[in-house]
Amino acid sequence: MSGQVDESLRSELQKQGIWVTSTQELYNWGRRNSIWPLQFGLACCAIEMIATAASRYDLARFGGEVFRPSPRQADLMIVAGTVTKKMAPQIVRLYNQMPDPKYVISMGACAISGGPFKRGYNVLKGIDRYIPVDVYIPGCPPRPEALLHAFMELQRKIDGQRLTGNGKAAFLDPKQPSDFPVPAFGAHDLEPPSNPEVFQPPLMERT
Amino acid sequence: MESLDELKGRAEQAVPGAKITIVPNPGPANQPSLLLDNEHAAAVVRFLRDDAVLRLDHCSNATGVDWLDRKVSKKVKVKKVVEGEEKEVEETQEEFFPGYLEAVYHLYSMTHKHGPVVIRTRTKDRAEGARLPSLTPIYRSAEFQEREIFDLYGVRFDGHPDLRRILMWDEFEDFPMRKDYREPDDYEYEPTPHDDVLERAKEHYSARPQLDGAENLTAPS
Repeated sequence: MSGQVDESLRSELQKQGIWVTSTQELYNWGRRNSIWPLQFGLACCAIEMIATAASRYDLARFGGEVFRPSPRQADLMIVAGTVTKKMAPQIVRLYNQMPDPKYVISMGACAISGGPFKRGYNVLKGIDRYIPVDVYIPGCPPRPEALLHAFMELQRKIDGQRLTGNGKAAFLDPKQPSDFPVPAFGAHDLEPPSNPEVFQPPLMERT
Repeated sequence: MESLDELKGRAEQAVPGAKITIVPNPGPANQPSLLLDNEHAAAVVRFLRDDAVLRLDHCSNATGVDWLDRKVSKKVKVKKVVEGEEKEVEETQEEFFPGYLEAVYHLYSMTHKHGPVVIRTRTKDRAEGARLPSLTPIYRSAEFQEREIFDLYGVRFDGHPDLRRILMWDEFEDFPMRKDYREPDDYEYEPTPHDDVLERAKEHYSARPQLDGAENLTAPS
């Protein structure tokens, strides 16, 4: 949006005590600095998430300290830990219950791909099989600094969201789905094993 | 604590008809265990718990083991008549051991501070619905662990108050810790496949018609 107001003019005006902004900037500024995460943890990554929110690392510096116990009040889902196949439908259901705009951070190896349990029978091989993920944090578990980095990365992403015109944010498009089908417990696996609308893994190259 | 042989003798005396076998453990742990017959298992374990000398009042652990069918071939010297003469001839004989499922319990005594005494029970075969007596009426701590054995190995425990799956969902049909279990193929993307995962990942590989002959195409385009 900065394209509409000349940057140098704007800073000149700011020096004179006049602050020029746009609705989009105001919106994004508000969203970016008040991200309320959903309060739940699944495994050891949750301990790092707790450390991030506590005094030493202090997520409050970035406006993310208000952990909400209800998905209806949350903006951000931090999938912190191993998602078992028994847990996956509940995670998707919680995501569906969150109001737009909503964001997902996939924290740690397990939430990204199943991690060390990838070849097991009971662990989902990545939460991105069912819901769209905004930021992935590698690590096992990632340090609090990594979660802060992911948080800042998400803020950068929110900052770049457009409210109007081409390329506006996905949640403003009424055609874009805001909730995703909840997988069912099947006889051998979750059904379906992944949502093809969300999860399109790269074709594997033979070497 | 008394030796396993003495323990076995006393238990067999206390529970008439009980058949107890000592299963040796040739490994470095050298921890032999008692194999109980299913009919008298509960009575024997009750004796182990209530006996004043043993007082094995704590079941710390219950787990399952899956033993597949196996064939053991050994060389046996057989006397045979060869060309009118009786001779000793070496022959390989194959012995067939049918598979079974096993529940293993580790019992300790909190009163006397001794243990563990390892006991085992075996099912007849590996078929669906293989049954074993439950020790939950004797040790409450066995309840969840027997549920876990049921969940992962498919052993049904007679006398268990609440035999349901505990880790997997109720609709699940397989028993994932059995050795012949094959997990569902959801290796759509495996960055560094190896071994059996490599074999399964190959089913998802893209075709390379420019490099391979068309007859070698393995994956749908």
